[in-house]
Amino acid sequence: MRIAEAFRVAVGALRANTLRSALTMLGVVIGVAAVVILVAIGTGAKVTVERQVQGLGSNLILVVPGQLQFGSAPSASRLRLTDVDEVGRIVGDRNRVAASVASGENVRAGTKQEYATIQGVTETTLAVFSRHLSAGSYLSRSDVDTRRRVAVLGATTAQKLFGARNPVGLQVSIAGVRFRVIGVMSVRGSALGVDQDLDVHIPITTAQRLFATERIDALAVRAPDAAAIGDLGNRIKTDLQDRYSGQEFSAVTQEQILGVLGSILGLLTLVLAAIAGISLLVGGVGVSNIMLVSVRERTREIGLRKAVGARQRDIGIQFLIEAVLLTTVGGCLGIAIGVGVSMAVDALTPLPAIVTWWSGALAFGVSVAVGIIFGVVPARRAGRLDPVVALRTE
Amino acid sequence: MTAALEAIGITRRYDQGGLTVEALRGVTLTIGSGDHAAIVGPSGSGKSTLMHILGGLDRPSSGTLRIGGRDVAALKPDELADVRNRTIGFVFQSFHLLARTTALDNVAMPLVYRGLRGAERRRRAREVLELVGLGHRTGHRPSQLSGGEQQRVAIARALVTEPAVLLADEPTGNLDSVRGGEILDLLDDLNRERGVALVIVTHDAEVAGRARRQIHVKDGLVTEAETVA
Ligand SMILES: Nc1ncnc2c1ncn2[C@@H]1O[C@H](COP(=O)(O)OP(=O)(O)OP(=O)(O)O)[C@@H](O)[C@H]1O
Ligand SMILES: [Mg+2]
Repeated sequence: MRIAEAFRVAVGALRANTLRSALTMLGVVIGVAAVVILVAIGTGAKVTVERQVQGLGSNLILVVPGQLQFGSAPSASRLRLTDVDEVGRIVGDRNRVAASVASGENVRAGTKQEYATIQGVTETTLAVFSRHLSAGSYLSRSDVDTRRRVAVLGATTAQKLFGARNPVGLQVSIAGVRFRVIGVMSVRGSALGVDQDLDVHIPITTAQRLFATERIDALAVRAPDAAAIGDLGNRIKTDLQDRYSGQEFSAVTQEQILGVLGSILGLLTLVLAAIAGISLLVGGVGVSNIMLVSVRERTREIGLRKAVGARQRDIGIQFLIEAVLLTTVGGCLGIAIGVGVSMAVDALTPLPAIVTWWSGALAFGVSVAVGIIFGVVPARRAGRLDPVVALRTE
Repeated sequence: MTAALEAIGITRRYDQGGLTVEALRGVTLTIGSGDHAAIVGPSGSGKSTLMHILGGLDRPSSGTLRIGGRDVAALKPDELADVRNRTIGFVFQSFHLLARTTALDNVAMPLVYRGLRGAERRRRAREVLELVGLGHRTGHRPSQLSGGEQQRVAIARALVTEPAVLLADEPTGNLDSVRGGEILDLLDDLNRERGVALVIVTHDAEVAGRARRQIHVKDGLVTEAETVA
């Protein structure tokens, strides 16, 4: 009953100073909205990257030379095409192993020219990376073995070079050498920021001659099931290290990439939330400040209430409710604005933004806590006022 | 007459940075229930200080104060607040009404701290406002009331808790003599008809003359005279 009355008085006091209350709230509104928006953007980035990694295909092990570490330069590859068979033996199925050597080259068709990533690949690539064709056929074992000059185009490259025309059977020239287009791949999207639809796949043997190299850049293995990934990765790694002494190899799985990227992006999201949290704290200081002003302004009212029988607690609660009301109303507005802006960012900008329930709950909880923490000092001051002194104040 | 308020050897010192002001220097007096007393004295003599202490708003530096027989020294602040709520009514010279609040809610306010429900609070407040002749002004805010009406609201607020003692500090100080006279008539009636003990602080001899007892305060000490009328 006293709480209800304190609530009523608090609402009245806030409404008596509408503009001041609104401005004080604004600090909290901005803080909470910032938390929600920045967490949404951070989460959006994380989810997008995870989706891209998953887009590589599941149960995939990538074998690359060197130690895969952030910040270390990739070392020169000593992998050779013969390793495909060797790794295929370990895996027990050569069709589960794909190799690639890549280089950026200009591709020409008629008068049109496009820059594309030329991937020299084994015929197993389509299955290992679970890609699909929209037209024609993929490279065959004999294309690779006989070093044929045939090419399978990525969806974007095909579209840019040939428009709506079906390119199958037509000619392209890659780095000045003529190739016959035998197929077009379906749209795949990008993985780790690389647009896979810009790829042009040619037989790895043809590519090695074209790039004048013996190396292969990476091996990819599709494990039969998720449980086999770890063991298979290790066996491939040790086998390669045995044969190329002094050379380090890494076998990274999709899960490892996801784990590393996920933790980096999770940390980034937390940092963003913390920065936004600081602005929420500043908003809280504003609330505290205004509450102190409010206590001072209403000193006589406090003295009077005490004279007629209000206890310290009655007065304290009244001011605490006022502070918490400011921050919770501000918090709700902030969540509404934050969700709105996040959705607008997601819809209108290339930045993905995903609103998470926990950021709203956290922001709301923090704004209530801010109200309590920053309201306590003014409330205690009000509760402890000496009624005689308070009544003498003009 | 049983004692509503009992002060024995009360002193009140104010310490101000090494300088000590002794506002009360050993006051002993008793206010009986249904009593009618005026506290008079020159400005700065300690009248308001005495009234605050008698009403349990302030505590004596030494001496004993009993309100309704209870020694306030033994009471915690919240218990003292409760004693004020139940037994004392204050009327201040400058009214001290809440500006944004209607006359009715101003009067009902002390009942909040007695834990009464809103409907009951308003019912009692309306009753008391009628008693002071303001039954037609319940929805007005203080700024919409005359000075005399404001003081009646303040008196109604002091009465709503049905106190044993009404302590009024210069209740007519801000009013002209006609309005002041009306307020004093009202207080007299309350004393006579309801048996509320009245303690009126004033430096107006005429106001003091209406009381049964005159308590003179001078330099923090009291001397007393009985009105012969
Ligand atoms: N909070 C305080 N701090 C220091 N001195 C005070 C305080 N309150 C009152 N005094 C002093 O105590 C003395 C008595 O003050 P009090 O207000 O009781 O006088 P009063 O008789 O009510 O005067 P008036 O008729 O002008 O209202 C004065 O000298 C005053 O200066
Ligand atoms: Mg005075």
